[in-house]
Amino acid sequence: MTTLPLSLPTAVAAADAAVAPAQGMAGVAWLLVALPLAGAALLLLVRRPLERVGPIIATVLSWGSFVVGAILLVEMIGRSPEARAQHLTLFSWLPVGTFSLDAGMLIDQLSVTFVLLITFVGSLIHVYSLGYMAHDPDRRKFFAFLNLFVAAMLLLVTADSYLLLYVGWEGVGLASYLLIGFWNWNPPYASAANKAFIANRIGDFGLGLAIMAMFATFGTVTITGVDRAAQAAGDQAGTMLTVIGFLLLLGACGKSAQFPLQSWLGDAMAGPTPVSALIHAATMVTAGVYLVVRAHPVYDHAPVAALAVTIVGAITLTMGAIIGCAKDDIKKALAASTMSQIGYMMLAAGLGPVGYAFAIFHLVTHGFFKAGMFLGAGSVMHGMGDRVDMRTFGGLSGKMKITWATFLCGWLAIIGFPFLSGFFSKDKIIEAAFVGEGWRPWVFGLTTMLVAGLTAFYMSRLFFMTFHGKRRWLEDDHPHESPASMTVPMIILAVGSVALGGVLQAGGFLDWLAPVTGGHAGAAHHEPVLPIPVITGGTLLLVALGVGLAWARYWRADVPVTAPAGSWLTRAAARDFYQDDVNHGLLVVPGNALVEAATLADDSGVDQGTDGVGRAVLGASTRLARLQNGFVRSYALTMLLGVVLVLAAVWMVQS
Amino acid sequence: MSLMNYVYLAIVLFAIGAATVLVRRNAIIVFMGIELMLNAVNLAFVTFARMNGSLDGQAVALFVMVVAAAEVVVGLAIIMTIHRSRRSASVDDANLLKL
Repeated sequence: MTTLPLSLPTAVAAADAAVAPAQGMAGVAWLLVALPLAGAALLLLVRRPLERVGPIIATVLSWGSFVVGAILLVEMIGRSPEARAQHLTLFSWLPVGTFSLDAGMLIDQLSVTFVLLITFVGSLIHVYSLGYMAHDPDRRKFFAFLNLFVAAMLLLVTADSYLLLYVGWEGVGLASYLLIGFWNWNPPYASAANKAFIANRIGDFGLGLAIMAMFATFGTVTITGVDRAAQAAGDQAGTMLTVIGFLLLLGACGKSAQFPLQSWLGDAMAGPTPVSALIHAATMVTAGVYLVVRAHPVYDHAPVAALAVTIVGAITLTMGAIIGCAKDDIKKALAASTMSQIGYMMLAAGLGPVGYAFAIFHLVTHGFFKAGMFLGAGSVMHGMGDRVDMRTFGGLSGKMKITWATFLCGWLAIIGFPFLSGFFSKDKIIEAAFVGEGWRPWVFGLTTMLVAGLTAFYMSRLFFMTFHGKRRWLEDDHPHESPASMTVPMIILAVGSVALGGVLQAGGFLDWLAPVTGGHAGAAHHEPVLPIPVITGGTLLLVALGVGLAWARYWRADVPVTAPAGSWLTRAAARDFYQDDVNHGLLVVPGNALVEAATLADDSGVDQGTDGVGRAVLGASTRLARLQNGFVRSYALTMLLGVVLVLAAVWMVQS
Repeated sequence: MSLMNYVYLAIVLFAIGAATVLVRRNAIIVFMGIELMLNAVNLAFVTFARMNGSLDGQAVALFVMVVAAAEVVVGLAIIMTIHRSRRSASVDDANLLKL
């Protein structure tokens, strides 16, 4: 970060100049958002006739978005690298005086990457849900929310201004809330949804302030406009850019469950498993990484904010990994792993131009293998009576062969087994973390490397506890393989987990992203502080150690069915490092005290004040009412006195 | 005899009428007090008309008589009704509309 490649501003300026008006298929790119949005509206408004066919309509519309995205990609590859970014103006959105903002879509390499990830994984999960939710009475509503999510997420990644991005940002938050609380007849699930929503709110607040700060500083909120203005202002606007960077980081922390706003993700597992796979593993939680990479011109000139991004990433990836080691709930362990992996991406995004492309690369491969593993966990739960405690699983590999095989692919991919997806993407981040001067490469590099070993340990623990070792099932368990609608998406995602990394690496994905992420080519000039073979070898050694330790403890040895007390670290990690207690102490207790104080002030101050006025009026009127005593003669006397008074007054004035 | 004596008479009559209205309880007597006040005013009107040499006051006095006649009809009807329903003509008993 301290050493920015000098060629960067010109490179990005060239990229900005290359944003051409949309031609060809990009002209109907709005269909990306419109198709799933129409599906959501249709399924929510037309109720009874669509109870049965609604889910299928939703799935078809989601695949429709994927087809549009795929055509966009093919067209984009057909053009020269400089002319790939396209801009589609939809309508005049906010014409306010001299300020005018159009709603439009920015179709470039980055957004198309996201579009394909979202629509492909999203559509597969739609298919999976056809099987998983087959017996749910509310499946029409479920698919409506899924479509709403896909639409909002696509809007988020294709928006051409931060304000329109914010609309999508809120949309995914809403869809996430609705889906976490989908089974809201269960109070803990409903409060988990509230928790996610409130934690996200704090992040959204940061993003909202960031947009206002952009407008105040640069007078524009379009992505290209802010890019250009940040590049032009450079270090002169350093303070403001740092403020914007920190506010964007707050937004990213909320959405991506990064420290210190990470506590909601574990509870978000209350939602149906396809939701966890799509929203809380593959797509929505990575929106924070997207935001940081999208706003990279801001971070390029705000090294302090970028360092904060890296530190947040480092803290979260370590925390997530340690929490993952202590969880017995299969979905919560996966959620902790998601947190940790997104920590990797944030760290890479904070490293500056050397890391942006790697962050996106890891994001894409992670989207595949993590979604695949979540679907696998859903399949296991499907066969085990919706139970999630891994201590009562064990030895499932024989009964659920397809689930086991697909989970194996995901497991190997995430631990970075050579030449699988995770190996390429995570190794790149570890290498990038070792780039730099002074203490940073050592701290960040060694952290990422050690946590890679820890990742291997907790993922192997999860895998062995579930599929290997002794059978610790309950008496009435009859595990069985899931239907084809569930296994086929898992197989496809498993293939992606195995091959995607290699294919993207060989296909020049990183260079392809370079025009947007700003000079990945510059990374070649930076050598890590350790030789690359040493880094790779060391990482693999740690991974092997982690797997070996997990094998010894969770496959060969017997796993107790009830969790042992464990060390203080295990206990702390199992409780998410007391994050809930910290939040309770730091936010809830003062918040409640504030509310009580405000209530007291309201009761004794405002209420007493208004009541006092009321009582005074009542007393005065009671006294006045006594004058109206019902005696006609006293009224007559009053009238007479009044007339005499008036006459006297007139006489006084006239004389 | 000065015309001012008529004015003094009117003042005295008005004062007697007003005192009757304020002091007496019987609705019929109160009514008579009102009539007395009206006639005192009529006397004043006629006197002033005479003083100014114009007919305006006399015309107004005629109007007052007509209105007073109508008022007597309505007022007596009300008094009759109250007396029928409450067996009393005391104005102090007719106090149902107070708070």
